[in-house]
Amino acid sequence: MDWGSIIESLFRGLIGESFIVFALAAIGLNLHFGYTGLLNFGQAVFMAAGAYGLAMMVATIGPAANRNFGWDLSESTLFWAGIFVGVIVFPVIFAFVMGIPTLRLRADYLAIVTIAVAEIFRIVVRSPQPGIKKWTNSSDGLTGFSGTFYDMSPFGTQDRYLFNLFTGNQMFLVIVGWVVLAFAAAVCWLLIRSPWGRVLKAIREDEDAARSLGKNAYSYKMQALILGGIFGAVGGMIRAIGFSVAQPDNFITDVTFFVWVALILGGAGKVLAPIVGASLLYGLLNFSDTFLREGVSADVIPDSIMTGTQVGQVRFMLMGLGLALLAAFRPQGIFGNKEEMALDDR
Amino acid sequence: MTGNNFEDQLKDELIPDAGPIAGPPGDSSDMSVVTSEKLALVDSEAARAALADVPWEPGAKKPDPILVADNVVRRFGGLTAVDAEHVEVQRGVITALIGPNGAGKTTFFNLLTNFDTPDEGTRVFDGHNIDNVPAHKIANYGMVRTFQLTKALSKMTVIENMKLGATGQKGETLWRSVLPFMWKSQEKEIEARADALLERFKLSHMRDEFAGTMSGGQRKLLEMARALMVEPTMVMLDEPMAGVNPALTQSLLGHVTGLRDAGMTVLFVEHDMDMVQEISDWVIVMAEGRIIAEGPPATIGQNQAVVDAYLGSHHDSALDLDVEL
Amino acid sequence: MAQDGGETLGGTMRAKDDAGEDIFVEGVEFTVFDEDGNVVGTATTDAEGVWLIDLPGSGVYSVELNTDTLQGFELRNPDNNPLTGVEVQPTTNKNTLFPLGERVIEESNSIRAVQLFVDGIKLGMIIAMCAIGLSLIYGTTGLTNFAHGEMVTFGAMIGFLFHVTWQFDFLGSWMTSLVFAAVVAIIVTGLAGGLFNEFVWKRLRNRGASLISALVVSIGLSIFFRYVFLYQFGGRAGFYRDYRIGENVEFFGIFTMLRKDIFIVVFGAIVLVAVATALRKTRVGKAMRAVADNRDLAESSGIDVEQVIRWVWIIGSALAGLGGVLFGLTENVNWEMGFRLLLLMFAGVTLGGLGTAYGALFGSLIAGVFIQMSTLLPFISSDMKNVGALLALIIILLVRPQGLLGRAERIG
Repeated sequence: MDWGSIIESLFRGLIGESFIVFALAAIGLNLHFGYTGLLNFGQAVFMAAGAYGLAMMVATIGPAANRNFGWDLSESTLFWAGIFVGVIVFPVIFAFVMGIPTLRLRADYLAIVTIAVAEIFRIVVRSPQPGIKKWTNSSDGLTGFSGTFYDMSPFGTQDRYLFNLFTGNQMFLVIVGWVVLAFAAAVCWLLIRSPWGRVLKAIREDEDAARSLGKNAYSYKMQALILGGIFGAVGGMIRAIGFSVAQPDNFITDVTFFVWVALILGGAGKVLAPIVGASLLYGLLNFSDTFLREGVSADVIPDSIMTGTQVGQVRFMLMGLGLALLAAFRPQGIFGNKEEMALDDR
Repeated sequence: MTGNNFEDQLKDELIPDAGPIAGPPGDSSDMSVVTSEKLALVDSEAARAALADVPWEPGAKKPDPILVADNVVRRFGGLTAVDAEHVEVQRGVITALIGPNGAGKTTFFNLLTNFDTPDEGTRVFDGHNIDNVPAHKIANYGMVRTFQLTKALSKMTVIENMKLGATGQKGETLWRSVLPFMWKSQEKEIEARADALLERFKLSHMRDEFAGTMSGGQRKLLEMARALMVEPTMVMLDEPMAGVNPALTQSLLGHVTGLRDAGMTVLFVEHDMDMVQEISDWVIVMAEGRIIAEGPPATIGQNQAVVDAYLGSHHDSALDLDVEL
Repeated sequence: MAQDGGETLGGTMRAKDDAGEDIFVEGVEFTVFDEDGNVVGTATTDAEGVWLIDLPGSGVYSVELNTDTLQGFELRNPDNNPLTGVEVQPTTNKNTLFPLGERVIEESNSIRAVQLFVDGIKLGMIIAMCAIGLSLIYGTTGLTNFAHGEMVTFGAMIGFLFHVTWQFDFLGSWMTSLVFAAVVAIIVTGLAGGLFNEFVWKRLRNRGASLISALVVSIGLSIFFRYVFLYQFGGRAGFYRDYRIGENVEFFGIFTMLRKDIFIVVFGAIVLVAVATALRKTRVGKAMRAVADNRDLAESSGIDVEQVIRWVWIIGSALAGLGGVLFGLTENVNWEMGFRLLLLMFAGVTLGGLGTAYGALFGSLIAGVFIQMSTLLPFISSDMKNVGALLALIIILLVRPQGLLGRAERIG
């Protein structure tokens, strides 16, 4: 077994692209669930919003606008416009679609509708109908939108950086990702310590109490839904740039569940929880994945137990089981404080 | 905590008078609503005296009503839970809303505070028609309610609970919240006001504890103190004595009458007839969703309609009205 | 899979099912010939739709697919079978492509709207059967059980095991064999539901876990079981045997049904009527409705709530298992069929009013009809038909959040 590659993949998981993407999405989910009590099971669709907002602006909507209106928008103009569409416009639209029908109702309704919206988006985006395919390119997804980003990279594309962990482009993406992540965490920290964050917590504890004290619970929940969605969209955009493709299968419902695991692992309702949780999750996932794969290919694990294709499946099984066990036995997260949870009388 | 001048000065005063702490008038546009409401606070002695001329009958007109409900009907499926023809609540007094189990008191209470929407009818609070006003806006008009099952926000500290109650907070706007310098000074004022109230309700020692660690009675006190952070003109209490340790009863009663003496209007729903007799100035009796009697507390036990309602709903011959109510 | 040095020919047989999702096709036979027409080897696709044949060396080969083994799918380019002139370079694994079209469904002269309505009733019955348990579990325990879809898959797979893998065929006719498999599936899933309640949910309730953490537990279990199914069953689409295409029966010249669909509708109707009657007439059924309606009231009037919840889990899971067999019969058996159906169940349950048994039944039928008939609209193609139902769910929540049959809730 090649322990070098196992350890390499462990570190990649702890600090790499996937960690950044899921930490950002989990920061958003923490605003939703951890602070406001919103059961969002469609975080993947906010991530997809970021990915597709950017990809469609650069690859399909922008060029179509150039063709039809005789504009001459350059790719880099479209890139920045795409960031705006992906980070602001799409998430706001999705949040309204999810929130307007459900935020006045009991919490479970939002859970159902968020999944439904995520599924609607996935089905529509991967539809092979020509009218839709020309904008989203069906299940193959959109490419050719990340050039502007990598052009800005100061790193050599042929070199490897940080103990050979990343290529030049990956290094650039990861550094930008860390900066964005630090910024997001700082914003979240400020928000939670403000009177605004206090209202969110009050709504999580008891919406009626907040309303009786003159707080417009509906409006605050909508603000939280939008803001958390925006963090998710930033994460999804980084994922798409990292893969250089925006594909529907990168944003399936299971992706949402990964974000939940990251959040609950770190302990919902704490500012650093999403970052710690995502790092732990991807460290563990990458470690177990490479470990099992190495085990299979070195025939330490016989084919009768597991083949190469089944490694991914076992990984998902362990994650599902982990999520269930965590929620049942340590809902306060790995490092959480039991006292605080004991007050939970919901 | 720094003991600043006006805070000490206010310790023995009643809190609604603590207006200046929230900042001078014109400090923020939202505050002007509250300040104008404060002018509406009245001399409670005069308000009580005015009740002497009011006839003892359901739907009686009051000399200075703060809350008026007309033809309020609420149905659940085929069941009509509330059908109140006309109710007025006198400003500056304590009004009790009583009735046997299932009389629709709590439903009516929710309708008056807009936590539930009636199928028909109009409600006017202090000159505002509140029929289509969302529940949270009622607080800005100066009406604040508590709940039968106390809603202390248990995973927030006591002081956080208190600070939440203040209205017109600049830091509650999303874009301002990330710029602490925009709201820090107002936050300090709110905190001072909250500490003064905690002192008055003898909760200062719990200041930084989670509200979830408090006893039932302390939660009731916290909820009442938090409601006062809104600076209301009218306080609506849903069964303020339910689940309170008898040792705390007197102190709670004192706080309720204190609200009236400070010029606020109080409406409360209650089962405990002792409390009704002791502190209320006026009693409204409901049975089967209707208002069946009104009058001063001393007279209500002799009202035939009331006795019938309680006896009829229980099929219990030897009934001590005091206990049963 | 890569064998160093040797040359191989292979590929993956992939298709879209009725919902437009990717599925793998198992059991397709391939034969590879060398340039002289000699058979080099044969292979059959596995559960992941993969086939692979070792070659004696580099060269030009031809590949033939046995169209009788296509499980009802059709080749998109029939002229390319056999595929000739496949060049294999030294030490490479050459992949060949046989694109598949949609499953063939015989066209008839039926009136499309009527046909879709009948299809919708059929789908609605299946959704209803699965959703009654979901709704009753919600009503009695407050749990939104995201793992309910896996019970559907489990039922379908138990049926598949008895009906296809072990070919349990004690009376010789396909119907008795299938009914037997369905009965086994009902018993096994009912037992599984009971055990699930006993060892997971009852314990969580007794620990006083919040509903939200219970909901997250159910999501975790849903993921776990889904991937256990994938691990065990593979990514293939399994078909119940003997009537993979089925014979069409025409009704009054306005709609047609496959024989298996008639079976589904009749069998489904009997079960649903029986369940509805049982809820109304039997003691356990009345108790279930009472607990779902108002748990505290039911408890204070002497109903053993835990006992009722146990029965809700057993019966709800058994119905889901049966629903799984029927759903597998109408489409196919695959590892995430239940998870896909779960959203439609939610749509049906919410349409009818969360927590009521009749609401679930009624809402699911409407959802089924809506899904099928929405394809009448020109801008909804068949791969997007579920979108219509999910949109309807959102719109219903906007205008009538308590569902079509639910009543407005009382506050305080």
